[in-house]
Amino acid sequence: MKLKATLLGAAAALALAPMAAEAGRGDSGHLNILYWQAASILNPYLSGGTKDIDASALVLEPLARYDENGNMVPWLAESIPTVENGGVSEDLTSITWKLKEGLVWSDGTPVTSADVVFTANYCMDESGGCQQLAGFADVSSVEALDERTIKISFDKPKPFPYSAFVGSTMPILQQAQFKDCVGANAPNCTEQNFGPIGTGPFVVDEFKANDTISMSANPNYRDADKPSFASLTFKGGGDAASAARAVLETGEFDYAWNLQVDPTVLAEMAKGGKGEVISAFGSAVERLMVNMTNPDPALGDKRSTLEGGPHPFLTDPAVRRALSLAIDRALLAEVGYGAAGKPTCNVVPAPAIYVSTANDECLTQDIAKANQILDEAGWMPGPDGIRQKDGVRLSILYQTSTNAVRQDTQALVKDWWRQIGVETELKNIDAAVFFGGDQSSPDTFQKFYADIEMYTNLFDGTDPEAYMGSWKCSEIPSPANNWLGSNMPRYCNPEYDALVEKLAVTAALEERAEIVKQMNDMLMQDGAMIPLIHRGSVSARANSLQGVKLNVWDSQMWNVADWSRAE
Amino acid sequence: MLNYTIRRLLFAIPVLLFISFIIFLILDLAPSDPTGNLPLTIPPEVREKIRQSLGLGEPMYWRYLMWCKQFFINEPLNIWDQWMGTCSFNCEDRLRVISYVTRSPVVDLIVERLPQTLWVVGMSYVVGILIAIPVGVISAYRQYSIFDQAGTFVSMVGYSVPPFFSGVLVIVIFSVQLGWFPSIYDTTLKVTDWASFKMQLRQMVLPVMVLALQTTAQISRFMRASMLDNLNMDYVRTARAKGMKERTVLLVHVLRNSLIPVVTVIALAVPSIFGGAIITEQVFKVNGIGQLLIIGIQGGDAPLVQTLTFIFAVLIVLFNLIADILYGILDPRIRYD
Repeated sequence: MKLKATLLGAAAALALAPMAAEAGRGDSGHLNILYWQAASILNPYLSGGTKDIDASALVLEPLARYDENGNMVPWLAESIPTVENGGVSEDLTSITWKLKEGLVWSDGTPVTSADVVFTANYCMDESGGCQQLAGFADVSSVEALDERTIKISFDKPKPFPYSAFVGSTMPILQQAQFKDCVGANAPNCTEQNFGPIGTGPFVVDEFKANDTISMSANPNYRDADKPSFASLTFKGGGDAASAARAVLETGEFDYAWNLQVDPTVLAEMAKGGKGEVISAFGSAVERLMVNMTNPDPALGDKRSTLEGGPHPFLTDPAVRRALSLAIDRALLAEVGYGAAGKPTCNVVPAPAIYVSTANDECLTQDIAKANQILDEAGWMPGPDGIRQKDGVRLSILYQTSTNAVRQDTQALVKDWWRQIGVETELKNIDAAVFFGGDQSSPDTFQKFYADIEMYTNLFDGTDPEAYMGSWKCSEIPSPANNWLGSNMPRYCNPEYDALVEKLAVTAALEERAEIVKQMNDMLMQDGAMIPLIHRGSVSARANSLQGVKLNVWDSQMWNVADWSRAE
Repeated sequence: MLNYTIRRLLFAIPVLLFISFIIFLILDLAPSDPTGNLPLTIPPEVREKIRQSLGLGEPMYWRYLMWCKQFFINEPLNIWDQWMGTCSFNCEDRLRVISYVTRSPVVDLIVERLPQTLWVVGMSYVVGILIAIPVGVISAYRQYSIFDQAGTFVSMVGYSVPPFFSGVLVIVIFSVQLGWFPSIYDTTLKVTDWASFKMQLRQMVLPVMVLALQTTAQISRFMRASMLDNLNMDYVRTARAKGMKERTVLLVHVLRNSLIPVVTVIALAVPSIFGGAIITEQVFKVNGIGQLLIIGIQGGDAPLVQTLTFIFAVLIVLFNLIADILYGILDPRIRYD
């Protein structure tokens, strides 16, 4: 296969020899990519992990995706359907996509609308356990109008209809290959899941789960000059620091992903001169979630639920504001994140159109002011220096997942809170347990048996509608809904819920942005969350690798077809 | 001896069944979840559906029995079919032990990883033993000499320096500074000719060096202690009094007797080769069995962890038996019947 690809590459190069300005397919030789979390499967519908989605993005492609600036660009589709060009119906209940002409799979067969319809049914099958099901929310039907046209209908107006088949999490699968893999059979199709046939720039030669993927250029890729690389290795394993070393110091690899490494160590490695550290900022925010309900163990089953009653002191706005003001976010960013973090006071830090400036008070630490606020609210230092009022002490249990940066942050925050007379007990929980939904575990982030918890969250793509919906009253986790819900602060505000409803029926982008800002400000000013760091993605590329555009809105591999080796 | 072996093997069956149940219980009761590592953008309702599709909605005893059926009946049948190229007992519908994360048969994952683990960890074991035995012999024979002191020092270093430090240290020295050896193990390399064989040797040097240091440290101490015990025995004095050459005394009489306990130690540690070396494999990205186990644990991949741990248990029981039998063969004074 490699030989074939090389020959094809050579043939392409020969054919193009007269116009030598453009590089031809396969001219750049071999590409080495290092993901320290190894890819487990090449089917994004069966694994939502970033590593798996990025690896799949080399092979599988969606109808449209986001570029590095967060703009939607047509990919397999001819253009982005809008109300103006008639692609989205006037009543916002359907969207019609049209495939580009002459698209073929890597096996040479044509891509048709039937493949798209099949992919939708594949994911929406009840028993398949599809991980991207949320992308098909409110979809009532997906039908093929002709060979190249697909109509997606919704059961209610969808002001932002670009979720299904947009972005690398929802690419098109080949019907011919996956037709026996629907529903309960999905997990048993090892061969298909490890070697999907796609339209992307590369085809899978060998897949070693959780280890290495070998790929070569797709001989039927739609651009005859691309990809520039004839073959690639997608290696996994190790840790972020060693991945950075392999690109920046030893030069064994060309690209390394997600380098969450101590900033000083990374800067030292970058002096190796073999590569460059690149970063970009998406929507990820490391935040403190504030528990509005009472997590007192004495409440038994009612712990951390609305029935258990309000929190003894975190429901006091003065306390929440003081806690936020006492934190030096700039220092947290510098110590823990370096190039990959900057201070933020918003839960929606990007895209720029959605960013509010109403909460920027918190950007500068002000311990004196925090103390003053607490004094005025009547919280007076007790004999042990911890503030109290009516027998309630300001004593906080602060939990997060086990991770060196998070533990550093915890220690710093604990010290600042001590300075304003708040006692803090720190707790860290293994990530698989903390983020796992095990009903029997008391340590999950949904149960929130603590006063404050810290983690990062973000939204897919550029539209925050679903994300903002997380803080509706109905999303509060409780025993009644098996703790399934994403409203960790147990924030419940009818005005906020009304804004969620309003956002769901507003189509104009400017108006949507206004509503999102309003919601963001409401969450911030009500103190349901204390945002800390706007987190970016950090990767490294070898100096000889050209064309890399770090994309936080889509897969980092989104434009791998354009990558090439510098002379 | 045969009777004894058969008796031990029969007794191993209930022991192993019991172990498999305990492993299952531990994994099931542990608060780890296969959807725990998924991005938070996947909403909770979808997570619940994923869990259901993985079969986590079934009662515990049912899942254990399913695993038993898949592992003890379906997997052996599958191996048989693969060897014979047949399809017995409707092989199409036969459910194998499937990993939650990769959605592929666990046994295939293990088989895929065995070569690199055996190459690297197995080779380090062989290298370690080959260095440790002469070092132990000389250290004992020349007790408190400079060589003995140096040997003791190196063993202490080997004992006390963890591989996550020594591994990174050798990478910084030999890969970053000197650029002699690769720091990343290429698992796709196929040894077909002299050049690829040299490449394979080069990429094995660093991980084998790190692991062999530990093996050498342990076994050379055993060897030294065992030699010292024997050197002061009456039969050694007798041999010398009879005018035997020192070489014969040392290598024929003392060494052979001293090897008896060391061979047992070596045999008992063989299962750990198959267990891989979790940390060293991570440092050099060998991606063998050890790495498979650790990502299985982190990802809440119960079928994978269950199967791997159980295979370790089988190997440990088996090599305990082999060590006992070897002991009987090497030392004629010991009889089991």
